[in-house]
Amino acid sequence: MTNWLLGAFAFVGNRTVSGLQGMGRAWGLFLGATASIRNVDVWLPHLLPQMARVGVASVPIALFIATFTGIVMSLQASYTLTGAIPVYFVGTLVGKTMILELGPVLTALTLAGRVGANISAELGTMRVTEQVDALETLAYDPLAYLVVPRVFAAVFMFPIVVLLAIGIGIASGWFTALQLLDMSSPEFVKGLRLFFEPWDVWFAVIKSVSFGAVVTGVGCYFGLQTERGAEGVGRSATRTVVVASMLILCLDAFWATVLL
Amino acid sequence: MSIYLTEVHKAFGPKEVLKGFSMSIEDGETAAIVGPSGIGKSVLLKHVVGLLRPDAGSVVVDGVSVPELDRKGLDRLRRRIGYVFQFAALFDSMSIAENVGMGLRRIPGWDRRRIEDRVEDCLALVELAGMGDRYPAELSGGQRKRAGLARAIAPEPKFLLYDEPTTGLDPVTTSAIDRLILRMRDELGVTGLVVTHDMTSAFRVADRIALLHDGRARFSGTPAEVKAASDPVLKGFVEGDPDLYYRDGRRREGMHAGGQDHGA
Repeated sequence: MTNWLLGAFAFVGNRTVSGLQGMGRAWGLFLGATASIRNVDVWLPHLLPQMARVGVASVPIALFIATFTGIVMSLQASYTLTGAIPVYFVGTLVGKTMILELGPVLTALTLAGRVGANISAELGTMRVTEQVDALETLAYDPLAYLVVPRVFAAVFMFPIVVLLAIGIGIASGWFTALQLLDMSSPEFVKGLRLFFEPWDVWFAVIKSVSFGAVVTGVGCYFGLQTERGAEGVGRSATRTVVVASMLILCLDAFWATVLL
Repeated sequence: MSIYLTEVHKAFGPKEVLKGFSMSIEDGETAAIVGPSGIGKSVLLKHVVGLLRPDAGSVVVDGVSVPELDRKGLDRLRRRIGYVFQFAALFDSMSIAENVGMGLRRIPGWDRRRIEDRVEDCLALVELAGMGDRYPAELSGGQRKRAGLARAIAPEPKFLLYDEPTTGLDPVTTSAIDRLILRMRDELGVTGLVVTHDMTSAFRVADRIALLHDGRARFSGTPAEVKAASDPVLKGFVEGDPDLYYRDGRRREGMHAGGQDHGA
């Protein structure tokens, strides 16, 4: 019994210590990357290529998911509201949920897998094959070269991808309402405009910026912490997706509490 | 200016890798640090270029104390040091020419034309002329090592650090790499530090050889002195005799238990 209790205490203690160490390292990475922003000549040439990789290349998967989300939202709204509430509220529900929640969060969760895991695997491979050390020996600041352009690219591009996803999600919901729910365009648009606030779009943009920073920051952190070859690279990619997804949902709740 | 390592200590968690390693490498000299795999040779090399900081002791390169340098100071020092990695550590998303030009882009005042010319010269020096457009994955192990060497020498460093430059290579390629190391010393006047477990290579390239054993320099001398030495651990390593090499290690452990210190 005593051994079991000691073991449990040791387990909790070890987990706490390693968790605090991880937070300390993450804070160190944040401070280091912030200080590296001044090395503009190192990160600026990589910003546009990273914006293409992080943002432009993510558009197809984001739009694919938004399209089907819009269809499902429209059908489910119609199913839920039937007989009780005027049908034009389908437009309200599709618009509000796509702008406030599903557009930013589903896109960010998708990009946590696509972008976060990609960054983690790339930087992890560079770490275990000593390419990060090679950068240092060639007098490059690895944080300025690897981390800053990726995070900035995501901060700039995530809102654009999210806004596109919101637009496509609403359009597909609208199309579904016209084709499958016997609604007219004026009805859908009436619902869409009913509770629309321009602030909602800003809310989505602010969330997207923070999601972009989290996805790429977590990817860079776990990538640069990678040890022990291919297995370590795989582990880093998995951790990135899990931790980034959790942080996205926590941030989502945070912004809803603070901004709404 | 030279490289001075004095009483360097380094531990990773409970594992003490370096326990007071001391060695000096004089200007224009090529020294080799030998020892079996996993003994801490690469760790030692990383201290010289500031990738690792010692827990205790001093590392002085070109008159500056490496552990005390800030980021800018380290960058300035690193422009004077070329580092040849064990597995080349080429950037696999870049062509060989781009790899070789990486360090040159950090030198103020170098324009594109000058960088391209220097890259061509370096590739020719390591016998990879015309292969600049290829990617690391398209090269053999020996070619990758030579490309790594070209990248290291491109900024015309005063010091070259070689981490296991001949490991995993066939004898002919090993010999070619050794010749390149000698050319760096003889034609460019570069001060070299080679870590290796390849004694044939060490005898060929080094003016002085030190054996890293139990975290310290157990022996340091010219190749002739190494060959003539009677130290059983050194002889065991040089001759590849595990009985001789490990027998002394076991005896040392027993003596430590009895309170006697046989540190090198």
